[in-house]
Amino acid sequence: MAPTDIREAILDILGDIAPDDNLDDLKDDVAFREQLELDSMDFLDIVMELRKRYRIQIPEEDYQQLASMQSTVNYLSPMMAGI
Amino acid sequence: MIAPAKNRTLPDHDRIVITGIGLASPNGNNLAEMRENLLNGRSGVSDYEIRYVGKTLAGICDFDERKYQPRKERRRGTRAGSVGIYCANEAVVDSGIDWKNFDRTRVGIYIGVTEHGNVETENEVYELKGFDYDTAYWSHHHNPRTVANNPAGEIALNMDITGPHYTIGAACAAGNAGLIQGSQMLRLDECDLAIAGGVSESIHTFGIFASFASQGALASNEDPTKASRPFDVNRNGIVVAEGGCLYVMERLSDARRRGAKILGELVGYHMNTDATDFVLPNAERQAQCMQRALDRAGLVAEQIDIVSTHATGTDSGDSQECAALRQVFGKSEKTFFNNTKSFIGHAMGAAGALELAGNLGAFTDGVCHATINVDDLDEACRLNGLVINQPRELRQVQYILNNSFGMLGINSAVIIERFSS
Repeated sequence: MAPTDIREAILDILGDIAPDDNLDDLKDDVAFREQLELDSMDFLDIVMELRKRYRIQIPEEDYQQLASMQSTVNYLSPMMAGI
Repeated sequence: MIAPAKNRTLPDHDRIVITGIGLASPNGNNLAEMRENLLNGRSGVSDYEIRYVGKTLAGICDFDERKYQPRKERRRGTRAGSVGIYCANEAVVDSGIDWKNFDRTRVGIYIGVTEHGNVETENEVYELKGFDYDTAYWSHHHNPRTVANNPAGEIALNMDITGPHYTIGAACAAGNAGLIQGSQMLRLDECDLAIAGGVSESIHTFGIFASFASQGALASNEDPTKASRPFDVNRNGIVVAEGGCLYVMERLSDARRRGAKILGELVGYHMNTDATDFVLPNAERQAQCMQRALDRAGLVAEQIDIVSTHATGTDSGDSQECAALRQVFGKSEKTFFNNTKSFIGHAMGAAGALELAGNLGAFTDGVCHATINVDDLDEACRLNGLVINQPRELRQVQYILNNSFGMLGINSAVIIERFSS
């Protein structure tokens, strides 16, 4: 998957997790939590959906890599390159 | 000389009244809709399909989940929670209370449930099969969705209520049990306003259908609207329904102070246990339950205008309840009997509360709605005052007794009096 496709995949997951939020103006370099109503259970949802949809296992110590869209795409790019 | 009801001798602080009702029923999303459909003989049962069981029948609700609940909250929660949130908000609106300024540390939530957690557990196991039963794919939402207090807790979160909240597990007597719990907590000063009643999400668990089918107690009929037929000789079981009904209950002193409209007063109740069988009812204990509710209210059987029966459409359940009714009301010429499950099916944890609500309109319109689908009355269910297929106009309805019984021999009866100041 190219970084743009990974971004779309993340947006798709966020759309399910935060259906009441508008994702059109999401800034990639700003933390999700500063832009969206997300709590720790929501971040676990992101981890779970990546696991279910793409069979990607993210260790707990790496959860902080999912802070913003930019950091998430950077972190996932090598893992999803072959998908 | 008939003794006056005991509630008249109590101070207003110890008298508990209903000041608001919110409901989601297969035949109505508020009390007026439900009442109109009951008086016009309109069933809320329809075709339904659920995994593994396939085509069956159910009482399905179509209330607007989004009316009071954001999509994200709904996604995180359960159907029972969603039913509860809708009903609780509707009840508070109906009560006319100044909710914005009400001290929510003094609001208690008491929700009757038949079961909770089956729906989410079944869904998770079903999903897990797609991942070769690797529990790494088991949802972190499973525990908060399946804890027994979930429906009550979701109401508290949605409405920012910080008083006590919990569910009362009482099989199919749960709706009445919720009401009884609410009244007791008000009398104990544990809260100033109780949101009480019952909810059910049971149509979303295949297990309840499959278990009733294995027991030979799941209704079937080519016409869904004819499937729920208590007291009819051709009844063949239960139609499972979802729904909810929650009441705003207050002490009479508080209700009077704020000039609330009062929909009825809870003047008597009783709960007891058969201790004889897991599923089969016990007429003697049911009769005792009703009699003790009458005793608590200081009433005699002849004073009850309407008995809202529990009958579910099973052979044994219906005939045993009728035997109990004959024992208590056999000499009463003014008591009439009806059955709301014949319209909506068996709403499990919500059943008692919903069926009572369906009858409360009789305080104002003076009509006892019917038991529908009785084409051929089972002689074992013959009662002098059984209102069959057409509603019956009564002169004035002063007292309603509402029966709700459940598995493991749990029995409940609640008596509501028409309120007059």
